[in-house]
Amino acid sequence: MNLDLARWQFAITTVYHFLFVPLTIGLSLLVAGMQTAWVRTSDERYLRMTKFWGKLFLINFAMGVVTGIVQEFQFGMNWSDYSRFVGDIFGAPLAIEGLLAFFLESTFLGLWIFGWDRLPKKVHLACIWLAAIGTALSAYFILAANAWMQHPVGSVINDERGRAELVDFGAVLTNSTAVAAFFHTITACFVTAGVFIVAISAYHLARDKFTDVATPSMRLGLVTVLIASIGVMVSGDIQARLMTEQQPMKMAAAEALYESAAPASFSIFTVGTLDGSQELWSIRVPGLLSFMATGSLDGLVEGINDVQRASETTYGPGDYIPNVPVTYWTFRLMIGFGALAMLVSILGLWFMRRRAQKPVPRWYFTAALLALFTPFAANTVGWIFTEMGRQPWLVYGMLPTAAGVSPGVSTASVLISLIVFTLLYGVLAVIEGVLMVRYAKAGPPPAGIAEASPDDPEAPRPLAVAY
Amino acid sequence: MELTDIWFLLIAVLWTGYFVLEGFDFGVGTLLPVVGKTDTDRRVAINTIGPVWDGNEVWLLVAGGATFAAFPEWYASLFSGFYLALLLILIALIVRGVAFEYRGKFDSPRWRRNWDIAITASSALPALLWGVAFANIVHGVPLDADHEYTGTLLTLLNPYALLGGVATLALFTFHGAVFLALKTTGEVRDRARHVVPAVGGTAVVAGGAFLAWTLLDKGVMWTAVSAAVAAVGLLAGLALTLRGRDGWAFTATAVAIIGVTVTLFGSLYPNVLPSTIDPAFSLTTANAASTPYTLTIMTWVAVIMTPIVLAYQAWTFWVFRKRIGRADIPPSGGLPPLARTTESTTGSAGTAGPATTPTTP
Ligand code: HDD
Ligand code: HEM
Ligand code: HEM
Repeated sequence: MNLDLARWQFAITTVYHFLFVPLTIGLSLLVAGMQTAWVRTSDERYLRMTKFWGKLFLINFAMGVVTGIVQEFQFGMNWSDYSRFVGDIFGAPLAIEGLLAFFLESTFLGLWIFGWDRLPKKVHLACIWLAAIGTALSAYFILAANAWMQHPVGSVINDERGRAELVDFGAVLTNSTAVAAFFHTITACFVTAGVFIVAISAYHLARDKFTDVATPSMRLGLVTVLIASIGVMVSGDIQARLMTEQQPMKMAAAEALYESAAPASFSIFTVGTLDGSQELWSIRVPGLLSFMATGSLDGLVEGINDVQRASETTYGPGDYIPNVPVTYWTFRLMIGFGALAMLVSILGLWFMRRRAQKPVPRWYFTAALLALFTPFAANTVGWIFTEMGRQPWLVYGMLPTAAGVSPGVSTASVLISLIVFTLLYGVLAVIEGVLMVRYAKAGPPPAGIAEASPDDPEAPRPLAVAY
Repeated sequence: MELTDIWFLLIAVLWTGYFVLEGFDFGVGTLLPVVGKTDTDRRVAINTIGPVWDGNEVWLLVAGGATFAAFPEWYASLFSGFYLALLLILIALIVRGVAFEYRGKFDSPRWRRNWDIAITASSALPALLWGVAFANIVHGVPLDADHEYTGTLLTLLNPYALLGGVATLALFTFHGAVFLALKTTGEVRDRARHVVPAVGGTAVVAGGAFLAWTLLDKGVMWTAVSAAVAAVGLLAGLALTLRGRDGWAFTATAVAIIGVTVTLFGSLYPNVLPSTIDPAFSLTTANAASTPYTLTIMTWVAVIMTPIVLAYQAWTFWVFRKRIGRADIPPSGGLPPLARTTESTTGSAGTAGPATTPTTP
């Protein structure tokens, strides 16, 4: 009971945190780019872009920060035995994340928000870059921590203390799983921010409003989505191969492949029994799974039953099969939502090409706005796939999930916090949603907002920005 | 000095940094209804901490992360044991962060009023609860042989801990009042100075009693020195504010907070979480620690990074060193509260917009 509640709690709070994080990471870097364009060209449109997208970025950032605070403590709250087991290894990247990344992010973002008229232009620009770099750095360290759980390296188990101990920190930081996850996540962040920009720009373009800002924004967003989508595919492919090697069960479950096969086909869609073991109908691409898993069209992909047998030999009797339907569908949905986003960008670039004869069809703008949810959904199901596919392990091959939960925390306590967080997060979602919509609709600031020069920051005049 | 001792010290430093910095944030939030009678005045108060509160809060996150890395057993027992208390703190910190960022987003008195109430409540609550938590950490809690906490939420609400809570609440409020006196002009400053005798006096009494009780309880003699420093800091903070020496007064209350934190950590050492069931069950710097290898790596990271962080955070305070007053507060950049009004006001495609159009992120 406690275990299930703790898992639900972790899933809810982390998925929620990760709704905001990708947008923060992607948008901070894009806004930094816009401001750079303004500083270099003095073209006021870029300043208005910076301010408009910067404002939406900040509304989102606030949520990322406050939901992140929970993350920092909930390992100890709900997963105390896990914390005891992994602390020697897991704690280090987490602490470094704070020291290196969170300080950078929060301090320089404060300077950026309030420094518009206090800092020389270039220094002010450096602030947003440092904050943006901070967000990317923070992603690296937390992903290194998570990658160690997926693929423990650089550590040994100390039976006497009953914990894993670090022997090679370099190995943890350069874990192949971490590097691949970083590239996949960062590119996914750019897809997210790109689609966000595309959707909102499309909304304005469809109404013929703010076109002087929405058009360059749209172009920037479309190009970002296209390039980042290619990056997501390439890095996802690398991840799939690593996963087959490191967690064969996850790959088998991702395809609901019960018996080993060479070549293995990839099913795009299956109707089967609920536990996925009986297939009724499916659409299949021959050889695709073999290619994803091994890089060759007829490579051998191990099936669930074989991996289960192998795991029992290694780890003793037990059920080593994750929830197959969830794993199967989340994997497909991730790729599917990503494909939709990419399609939107390709169409958009085609319709908006400079030599286009006809105006962009109206349905396209509607489609682009509707596509807003796709990267968020892809991110969410991608993580659900990653984390649920790892079950029943918390640290792969080392610590079962059931052994990580806090033994001393009562069910009532977990239930209270689960309910409280869910309600609070629900309310905040509504508030942030309303703010986002209203500010997105309000559009960029009017032309003619040239900045006051910061020659004399001491001069008595109102702050450019205040809460 | 052992690596584990260095890490005990570093974690003490992180908490000290957190309490000195977020201490005044909490104080400003708590005093919001007192110093801010009008919306503009409340904005003056909030904007004194606007650029820095998030950076200040990261001290807490790093203290948490560092505890996880250096003393995993401590991190595990403490946060699972203090589960519901920590939950309250987390909720407050969530509400508080959102309140700062969103209060000005709609130009509606009711919207802002509600967020202002949230700011006050969510500043006062953690200011109180951190004292409760630390008093319990220092005094000890029922830990069993597996280092699992066996008490309940009520166990944590004992008289000593409640006194600790009142002490930190008063201390941070005092610190915040002195900070406001230092950073503002006009009415806000006057009102902040006006409350100093009351909150400062409370801080002296509650803080003094808490420190004395801690000394008697733990009997660690050298902490009498840090406790005395804290007491002097508090009294000096009072006297200096009354003389109008705001900068020095703020230094004095900061020193007082440092003195209190040093006293607490000094009384705790070499335990990190004493057991009231059997001293043999206590968590100590030795049995809670990570391996020397991990601690060595972390030490290098901390030695290199901490000065850099301190330098750029100090620079932030320098950039925003100017006092602010009503004249510095721009008109609200928020949107009108009702959706329908915007359609009509923002229709002018990007040309000279109405005053309510947001011009700045
Ligand atoms: C916009 C979001 C997005 C899109 C379009 C994709 N992914 Fe993804 N994927 C993620 C967002 C994501 C993610 C949320 O960021 C995950 C979760 C964990 C991680 O490292 O990235 C992830 C995980 C993840 C994993 C699991 C890694 C592990 O468990 O160790 C694999 C194998 C892939 N992805 C493969 C792909 C492939 C082959 C894709 C398309 C061709 C793809 N992803 C598109
Ligand atoms: C990168 C840092 C992350 C770490 C260190 C981490 C760690 C954990 C831990 C400790 C659990 C609980 C144990 C378990 O159920 O296996 C868990 C479960 C889970 N996490 Fe993650 N996680 C991370 C990122 C994410 C993200 C970003 C998401 C989603 C967007 C996510 C989604 C989930 C889900 C859905 C579960 C529940 C899985 C289940 O219990 O079946 N995680 N994770
Ligand atoms: C893949 C998973 C994750 C990534 C890429 C990530 C990245 C980020 C980023 C970029 C931020 C900056 C602010 C924002 O979100 O808008 C942030 C905030 C935060 N995250 Fe996460 N995070 C992840 C999961 C986690 C987990 C599992 C933890 C738990 C330790 C965590 C702890 C925090 C904290 C404490 C903050 C607030 C920092 C602040 O005040 O600036 N995050 N995270």
